[in-house]
This record gives sequence, C-alpha cells and structure tokens, in this order.
Amino acid sequence: MFYREAGQFKTTYAADSAHFPIFQDKAFIWLYLAIGFIAVPLFADDFFLGAIMIPFLVFTLAAMGLNILTGFTGQISLGSGAFMGVGAYACYKMTLAFPEVNIILLIFLSGFFSAAVGVFFGLPSLRIKGFYLVVTTLAAQFFLEWAFIRIPWLYNYNDSGAIEVPQREAFGIIVTGANASPVTQYLVCLAIVVVMTWIASNIISGRIGRSWMMIRDMDIAAELMGVRPLYAKLSSFAVSSFYCGVAGAMMVFLWLGAAEVESFDYNHSFEILFMVILGGLGSLLGCFLGAAIIWILPVIIRAVLPPTVDFITPFTINSAQADLVSDIIIGTMIVVFLIMEPLGLARLWAIVKQKLRVWPFPY
Amino acid sequence: MELLRQIFWEPFETMYALPDLLLQTLWEGFVSGTLYSLIALGFVLIFKASGVFNFAQGIMVVFAALALVGIHALGVPPYLALLLTLGVMALLAITVVRVVLKPLVNQPDIILFMSTIGVTFILIAGGQLIFGGEPKAMITEELGLPTGASDWEVGGGLVIFQHIDIAAAIIAVILIAGLAIFFNKTKVGRALRAVADDHQAALSVGISLEYIWVVVWFAAGVVALTAGILWAAKSDVSFALQVIALKALPVLVLGGFTSIPGAIIGGLIIGIGEKLFDLYWGAPILGGGTESWFAFIIALIFLLYRPEGLFGEKLIERI
Amino acid sequence: MLKKLVLGAAALAVAGSMMHVPTASAEDTLFVPSLSYRTGPFAGGGIPIANGFADYFAMLNERDGGIGGARVIVEECETGYNAQKGVECYEATKGKGALVYNPYSTGITLQLVPKAPVDQIPVLSMGYGLSAAAIGEKFPWTFNYPASYWSQMTSILDYIDQNGGIKGKKIGFIYLDVGYGKEPIPLLEKLAPKLGFEWVGFPVGVKEMQNQSATWLNVRKERPDWMIMWGWGAMNPTAVKEAAKIRFPMDKFIGNWWAGAHADLDSVGETGKGYLSSNFSGVGTDFPALQDVMKYVVDAGKSQAEKDDVGNVLYNRGLFNAVIIAEAIRAAQAETGKKAITGADMRLGLEKFDLSEARLKEIGLEGFTAPIKASCADHEGAGAIFIQQWDGSNWNRISDLIPPNTEVVKPLLEEAAEKYVSEQTGWQTQTCG
Repeated sequence: MFYREAGQFKTTYAADSAHFPIFQDKAFIWLYLAIGFIAVPLFADDFFLGAIMIPFLVFTLAAMGLNILTGFTGQISLGSGAFMGVGAYACYKMTLAFPEVNIILLIFLSGFFSAAVGVFFGLPSLRIKGFYLVVTTLAAQFFLEWAFIRIPWLYNYNDSGAIEVPQREAFGIIVTGANASPVTQYLVCLAIVVVMTWIASNIISGRIGRSWMMIRDMDIAAELMGVRPLYAKLSSFAVSSFYCGVAGAMMVFLWLGAAEVESFDYNHSFEILFMVILGGLGSLLGCFLGAAIIWILPVIIRAVLPPTVDFITPFTINSAQADLVSDIIIGTMIVVFLIMEPLGLARLWAIVKQKLRVWPFPY
Repeated sequence: MELLRQIFWEPFETMYALPDLLLQTLWEGFVSGTLYSLIALGFVLIFKASGVFNFAQGIMVVFAALALVGIHALGVPPYLALLLTLGVMALLAITVVRVVLKPLVNQPDIILFMSTIGVTFILIAGGQLIFGGEPKAMITEELGLPTGASDWEVGGGLVIFQHIDIAAAIIAVILIAGLAIFFNKTKVGRALRAVADDHQAALSVGISLEYIWVVVWFAAGVVALTAGILWAAKSDVSFALQVIALKALPVLVLGGFTSIPGAIIGGLIIGIGEKLFDLYWGAPILGGGTESWFAFIIALIFLLYRPEGLFGEKLIERI
Repeated sequence: MLKKLVLGAAALAVAGSMMHVPTASAEDTLFVPSLSYRTGPFAGGGIPIANGFADYFAMLNERDGGIGGARVIVEECETGYNAQKGVECYEATKGKGALVYNPYSTGITLQLVPKAPVDQIPVLSMGYGLSAAAIGEKFPWTFNYPASYWSQMTSILDYIDQNGGIKGKKIGFIYLDVGYGKEPIPLLEKLAPKLGFEWVGFPVGVKEMQNQSATWLNVRKERPDWMIMWGWGAMNPTAVKEAAKIRFPMDKFIGNWWAGAHADLDSVGETGKGYLSSNFSGVGTDFPALQDVMKYVVDAGKSQAEKDDVGNVLYNRGLFNAVIIAEAIRAAQAETGKKAITGADMRLGLEKFDLSEARLKEIGLEGFTAPIKASCADHEGAGAIFIQQWDGSNWNRISDLIPPNTEVVKPLLEEAAEKYVSEQTGWQTQTCG
C-alpha cells in the first residue's frame, strides 16, 4: 500500500541500479536530509547536539568503517578504536604543522594515515580468519594504544600526554576549539557523514564492493572466479580504516575537544562492533540504526530514568545506578536482539517495509 | 651499534651478574603463567564443547570473586561462602545456557560471541549494582590460604617465594589435572568430547547438549572462581581485574583453541616470556610498560607461521 | 494495562527530556554539578569523594539553610571516569546554571579547560588536572587549589631531603601510564640535575594495574633508594603489596595524594605498614564541621556514605572540595551582593578566595589543611601538604606542613602555560593588577 513500486518503471540501466530505486525511498531520504540539515540546527539545544547528535554521527561513520570490513568482507576486527586514534593523532600533527589549511580537508586526509596503518595490520588476514584474526586485530589495538603513550612526538611533547584541539577555521568559520558553535560542528559532521555514506554506497555496489562480498561469502570460490584475495582484503582494510580514521579525527576535533589515549581504548572497538552487529552486518542503514541504539538509547535512559523512578515509585535512584541500569538494558537488548533477529535492525526495517508494501493484505 | 649491544649483550650480562633476579623473574613468570593458563582453560572448555568463544570469562572471574567476598561479608563462614559461590556460578551457568545459548543454536560463531559480550555487559553492571563498585579485600586468610614468604639464597642474592604464589601454582596444577582426568576418564567427560567432535552425532546417541553445556559452563565458573581468588589475593577484588582475562587470548592462539595442554604450555610461555622481555629488553630499550601488548604481538607472529597453534587439533583452513 | 504503562512511560520520557531545556537558575538557589564516578574501574576512589562532596553541602543546607541564604543544589552525574560521558554530563548540566565544575579526572578536565571561558563556568580541578592552570594570567577560568602536581612533587622531594638528604640518591617513580601519571615527569627531569639525584620511571599500564610483578622486578633490578608513586584505583593496593613482596622498605615508599586513601590500604592491611603518602585534607572526624555533617546528614540517614567511611581520606577530600566551593561562593556573594550568583561571579569568588587560619577555625576545620590564599595571578594557592603514614589500619599524620618549592615550580609552570596558550589561537588571557 505504502511502499508500492507498481507503476514505477525503470527504462535505463542507470535507473535500475540507482541507490534508491523507488520514489518513496527517495522522498524519505530527502525528508531525512531536510530534518538533519534544517530542522535539527533550528530547534536543537547544545545538549542535543553535543551529547547526542555529534557522537551519533561520529559513531555512525566508525560503524560504517567496521561494517565495510566485517559486514561486507567478513573479516572481524577489534582494532577500530585504535584506528580512530591514528586518524585523530594524524589530524592533530597535520594541523599543528599546517595551521592555515582548511581543517575539514585535514580531517579527510588523516583517513589516509589510518588506512596505511590498517593495511599493515590487515596483512595477517591473508593467512588467518575468524577468531584468530580477532586476536591479531586486538594486538594492533594494544600495540597502538601503547604507541600513543610512548611516542611523545605524537602529542607534541605535551606534559599531560593528551592532544588538545586548537582553534581552526574552514571557509572563514570557526570549526574546532571551544569557540566553535555546536551547530557548526554538527553541520560539518553531518556533511562529512552524508558524503562518506554516498561514497561508501557507491564503492559497495561497484566492482570493489562486489569482490569484497564474494570473499565474504566464499573465499575459495571467489578466488576461482578471479578475485584476488590480497587486493580484496587489503583494500577492504584500507577503506575500513580510512573511515575509522576520519571518524576518530571527527571525534576529537568536532566533539571531545581534547583526548587522551583512553578515548581510543579497546572498549570503543567493542562498542563499534556492537553497533555493527545490532544495526545489521552488511547494511549501511544498519550503521545509522546501530549507532543510534548503542549511543543514543543509553543517553536517554540516563537522562530519563532517575526522574521517572522518582515520579512513579517511592524509591530514588542516583545517576550511577541509572548508568548501571542502562548497561544492563543494553546487554539484555544485545542478547534479545541476537536471539530474535540476528541480522540486526536493518533486517527488521526490511521486514517492516515489506509489511507496508502489502498492507492491508497479508501477502 | 649501541642498540645492538642493548639487544644482544646487555640483557645477558645482567642475567649473569644477577642470577637471583633471573630466577625470581622466571618464578614470577611461572606463577602468572599458571594463572593465565587457568583463565585460558575456562575459554578452552567452553570453546571445545559448544564452539562459543566466551568473552564473559573475564568478568566471570571478577563476578565469582565478588560473590565470594560479598557472601562472606554477610556473615557466612568462609567455606560455606565458597560453597554458596559455587552455587551462584552453577546458577549462572544454567541461566546462560537456558536463556542465551539454547535459542542461539546453529547461529554463526560471531553471533554466539556477541551474545557473550551481552552477558558481559549484564554481569559488569549487575555485579556493581549488587555488590557495589568499590574494591574489596580478598578473604585470603579466612580461606586458609598461606601468607608470608620463604627465601632462597642464590649467588649473593635472594629469591623470594611468596607462599600464596606457591599455593596458587599448586592449586592451579591440581585443578588442571583434575579437569583433565574429569574430561578424559569419566562418562560426562567422554560425552563432552563427543559433543566437541560432532554435535549432531552426539545428539543422535542420546547425549543431552544442554546438560553438557551446563557442565562446561559450570566448570568454567569453577575455574573463574579459582583464578579470581588467587589473583585477588595478589591485589584486591575490583572491576579492573577483568582485563587480565584478555591475556588469555594470546595464550589461546599459542596453544590452540581446543587444546588443554596447549592452554597450559601457552600460558607458561606468555607468563614467563612477558616478564623476561619487559625486564631485560622492554624497560631499558622501549621505556617499559610492554606487558600490555607483548603477548599479543608474539601471538601475531606465531599465527603467521603456525596458525593452528602449538597443539591445535586440526589445521585451520588456509586461504 | 500494558498500553497504559507504555503511554505513561512515554509521557514521563517526554517530561524527563523537557527537564533538559536550559532554564535560568531560579532565585536563591546555587546549582553545583558533581561529576562523579561510582562505577567503573576507579569507583573505589570516586565513591567516597562524591559522598563527602554531597554531604557537606547537605549539611550547609540543613544547618544554615544554604550559603548566604541561598540553598545549594548538588546534582550528581555519573562519568565512570570516561571522557565521553564527561562531555555528556557537562552538556547536560551546564544549562541549569552550573557554577563550577569538578571533573575528578584529568582527561575530562582537559576537555573542559577550553570550554570554560566560552560558557563562562570556571573549572576547579582540586589537586589534579593541568598543572599549568596554576598561572591565572594564562588560565583565567581554571583553578587547581591547593597545589598543582608539580608543587606537590617538590614538597615530596623536600620531605625526602629532610629525611636523609636527596643528593646522590636514586629515586624510582612508579606511575599510571596515562596523562595523569606522566604529568610530573618534566619536573623530575628539570630537578634531577639541580638537586643532584637520579631518577628512574616505572610505567604501569591501565590494563596492567593489577599485574605489576614485572614492574617490581624492574624496581628490584634498579635498586632505588626511594619510590614515589602517582597511582590511582586498583593500582595502589597492588603496588604496595608488590613492594612488600620485594621487601622494599615501606617508609621509603611515598604515594601522592591520590595514592594514599583508606580504600587503597584497607585491603593491604598490615602488609602495608609504614607506607607513606602525601595529603592535604585532614583525616578523621575530630573537626566540628565533620561533627555537624555527622549530626545533620549522616545520622539523619541523608547520606549515601556508610558511617564508618565518614572521615576517611577521600571522603574528607571530597568534603574539602565542597568547602572550597562554599567559601568561594561566599566570596562571590560578598563581592557582587547577589544571593544567587552566576558562573562568572563564581570565577571572581575563586580568585578572591582566602581560606585563612582564622576562617578555617570559624567553619570548624582548624588544622584540617594549610591556609590557602589565591589571587588573580595565582590559581593554585601554593598550598602546603603533609605526609601521612599507614599504621596497618589507619592513616596518621607524621610531618608538619611542607610548602612547595615555588621558586622552582613557578618558572616551569609559566613555561608550560605559555606553551599551551601558544598552541591555541584566540585564547583568552587576563592581566593581573
């Protein structure tokens, strides 16, 4: 009823392979973009932007990076946190060396550094896979964490071992540092995420993306059909780490404003893996949904739970207990989701779409 | 040149000059090694029986230790508290198997792995909600574990053996031996190995998968409790302890995911190796703190040459 | 039934989220956010601090009806010692008219330092955070009473000098391998040649906090005469136990003020007898102010603290933080003549802050701490510390107040502040008198 494609004819190949072949999808995307670019900046306060939307976008991008590797190429990685760190430190060093250069350009460029590191640590994937690969990526995670502490050049010999984001401009507007307005930072984040999602979508539906998926589905068959695992896997590691690196640079420059190595620790690698799995392996939409549920839901629980409990029960709970309860809820949700819908939220959305299409008939 | 000297000459010079320090290092490495083995053993048991890579093993260590201290704090005598804690771990095993694993039979490995991370979240937050987040002292003396130390004079120096370390090594060895006998000689053990070989074949000859899983999860719980007591006796019971369990991963890679002797040897190699490396090479050349990654890098290098591990049962599919 | 519940929950959710709409602080209240951590790996330190902090304000509200007639509202926000949740807490509370932030984490402090001038809310990192923030000209909005880490380190070195001389000695520095632990290293590097001692660093990774045997083997190899520790959380008890294992003399092992709490040593007990640590806030409940806290708050069942925990090192630390804020609020009220002040007024109050002997006696904390007097240029107050010793079950003060070596520290602080500011563009500084 609502999602009927009847009457929408595709007359060219280009139309057939479009990202959003159906009119309804196109309309939705424009609606979301309008909300994201116009409505949110108009009505949101600092808390909504700084504590919900910007982190949501950063984690979406990181989840997209990991999803390229895990969802599309079938290689599990627990090093995403450290790859984010590489991007952040690279961006910091570059902006100190070239303070005049547009910071948004530098955020993009820092992705290349983390891509290089990612390819290096992706080399073992040519020989091993599965949990063994998990261990090697954890090795990358721990080694890089140690390197971020032990190489003072990376944080410019700062006494406190942290990187502090200086004020930088892009197109004459202050984008980073404390004087930047959250709305600007949000819009920059949103623009980067939209552009990078568009690029990812194109890569995935193109030749490279198809070779990734062949490797994922059956590596030996893919090799027989002429896909070179070396190129496919390493290109996947490169693109994945590129996305993580940009996400890391965004995290520090547009959100946190200062970062210690603790901001890139292994917990983040796990958090991003959650987002990918809950959102849906092998789905770009899933990255958005996963980041929303893992980042935004706890924020809302923490903000809403204490006043709610005060209001409806004679008990009071403090902020710490609310935090723990939100962790329990998230953990339970992970388990429940894996049992009910192992393919993630993206699959759930596909089911809903199908239901909408045939409604009010059962099929 | 200076660097070469630092790598190839000075460490050995120090070893020769201070033999007591070398022996002490080997001993400390051996003690941590047995504890790593113990934690790795928990992983191996579950991986063998159900193919689940149990990420919650680390928090189970903390949870078991917390439960023991928490129950004791209620005024329960220590050994009864120990029994009750075993009961808690059994309950945990039954719950995890019934609620989480059973509905997930036949799902891909990664899904099962993720579900144990979900369990980890619940245990971390639940543990803090029930027992409080502040660190607690382990009831070492109440449990009759020895304290104090013995000295042994070597080459003009002292090698100090902490009694708790000796006890830890002995307990770990006994537990490992006991588990080995249990799984090799008893009926349940044979059933377990049958399950590990082939789920469907095992089911078809009348072995209850659920029962076997509860048994291994409980065994992993016992291992976690032991590791928790012994490790917490060296510091205290706090949530920071769970990261220690990540050390079991490289041990598993070295030893192979399915091999009990592999877990033991792997644990000892990692334990002794990281202490030696940090003391003689890491601290002078790299500024110390190398323990956090040394084991993982060793595992990485090892993987490239021998992906099936030291005692891995089958060849990993090469790509 | 279910539907009603769901609707009710949704309505409450909406109501809850409405509370985040920034509101101007109401008349006659003072809003003080408390970024606490009662969960996570460092909860052992976070819990007593948060309790002491909340209880002092609760006592002022009960006994005096607030400060200068305005009630104090303390809102806790859980950070879990996690920088990202720290930002979330900051954004969630700053719109409610927050007067001052106490992040209790160096990582979160570093994030808030640049935000403070923009949002006009000062940051009080009491004895932690950026050492360079002591320079008021460069950091108008950041305060670190009673002393920076560098000042504290000079006091500890001074103590070593008083007890057997420091010249020619070898000092081991064991530290948590994060920004916090590394902070004093530049000072050690500068001072070592000046005072004629040698130093060796022993980093302990966050993941290795409870696995320090390799570190202490290294200590055994290096054979330092003294050990100084910059530790936190589970690192402290483990370090003391490992030190005992290698028979390091406990009375030559000094922790900083975050490595000497009851929470750290209770689990060590007799083994840690003789272990030293620095401190700046009194221990125990033998102060009139603490008796009032007992009477009005703890005995009345309004505290989250166990009765036995009142008066322990970190409880009193949190309480002292509240004292500083309360005194600064009074100063700000006196300065502006307003009851309900703003963050900018609070900044003035913190600069005019003067905790003299007489004033300490007045508020019932005589001998609790060294007098602190701040100024526009001096944001650390150069407070003195004392050394306390663990007797197996309790901490006892064993030294007089040891003032920091300001002559040495000041130029270094200025240099560091200069460097920080030079990396920022458009950094707001101030000129003092």
